[in-house]
Amino acid sequence: MSVLVLTLIILVGSYFAGLLGSLTGLGGGVVIIPLLTIGLGVNIHYAIGASLVSVIATSSGSAAAYVKEGITNMRIGMFLEIATTTGALIGAMLSLLIHAPVIAVIFGVILIFSAIMSLRKKDTTVLQTESHWAQKLKLNGSYPTADGEVVKYGIRNVGGGFVMMLFAGIISGLLGIGSGSLKVVAMDSIMRVPFKVSTTTSNFMIGVTAAASAVVYLQRGYIDPALAMPVVIGVLLGALTGSKILVNSNSSGWLRWVFAVIVTILAGQMIYNGLSGKI
Amino acid sequence: MANTKFKDTDMQAIIGWVLRAGVFVSMLVVFIGGVIYLSRHSSEHIDYHEFKGVPDFVHTLPGIFHGILDGRGRAIIQAGIILLIATPVLRIIFSAIGFMIEKDYLYVGITLLVLLIIISAMLTGHGG
Repeated sequence: MSVLVLTLIILVGSYFAGLLGSLTGLGGGVVIIPLLTIGLGVNIHYAIGASLVSVIATSSGSAAAYVKEGITNMRIGMFLEIATTTGALIGAMLSLLIHAPVIAVIFGVILIFSAIMSLRKKDTTVLQTESHWAQKLKLNGSYPTADGEVVKYGIRNVGGGFVMMLFAGIISGLLGIGSGSLKVVAMDSIMRVPFKVSTTTSNFMIGVTAAASAVVYLQRGYIDPALAMPVVIGVLLGALTGSKILVNSNSSGWLRWVFAVIVTILAGQMIYNGLSGKI
Repeated sequence: MANTKFKDTDMQAIIGWVLRAGVFVSMLVVFIGGVIYLSRHSSEHIDYHEFKGVPDFVHTLPGIFHGILDGRGRAIIQAGIILLIATPVLRIIFSAIGFMIEKDYLYVGITLLVLLIIISAMLTGHGG
């Protein structure tokens, strides 16, 4: 395949990955890696490198907006980044020891998990009690709603959330994805951070987690500029379009289903290719 | 925290700006590098099936630097990507300064710890 054709295919594919990713709240990485490996026969190491770079771009881009609005809880983000960056470092090291087919299978399993997570109903009750550690670490906070009200919230089970974040970091470093769905589980289900805060704080953290593993991958030569270029540009443009559409519509319900089905099919293929040794 | 003029909202505004500027600048550099790269190599054939790592002029910092001076597209793209990776790291440094001004020393410590982990990733990456 010529360089021009390959670049254009990746650019268009990445655009749609970014678009779907921002509309459904799942990262673009979950589409990029199957597109590059299964669709274009790119070695999974190069695919992981390119995907990780695109994750940093979209995370930083969207986090910029949420931070300004004051929804992101910077203290929770900063504290849990101790866990995610440590995990990312371990994951990036592990990726050297683990064979490509095994990585493909783990990737497939995480994809299916992400798809299920995106369909889950959200619990909207806000916790008012404060745990000892949450108080000590000043993690309790407040966020503004659309009507200008300020909602105060408390946090629980800081330790459990921390351990889950360590795991999210390992997966992120190993697979080159943001592992946003795992981060949201840690904050949403375990620590009971309100949904709006947990998704935006997860987005804020993803950039730092990904940067920690990206420096390792950069030094190992996983990040090929000719592949990363169309991926980052495509994903970022797609995410920008997605955020514009999202402002003007509320009905992303059916889209979540479409995306979950696509992701599950991709996951099945990754697992099959991994098990049959095609990757 | 309540007595200082500098508040969380100021910090949020600054960090939002750092993230936005970082993404914009690095994307511009990647785009310029991409145009140069495509204008030279668009009809060549390429295969990424086998993992071989990347060529030296986009792998080492001196290599990238010389590549940029020679006007090589991929070296310029790689410089943009390094800027992009540096953006969240820069964000951490700005948070540390912000917490310092707020006199929230617990969070200055936490922020510096995260920075230390990332620096150790940089230092161990080669041997890793």
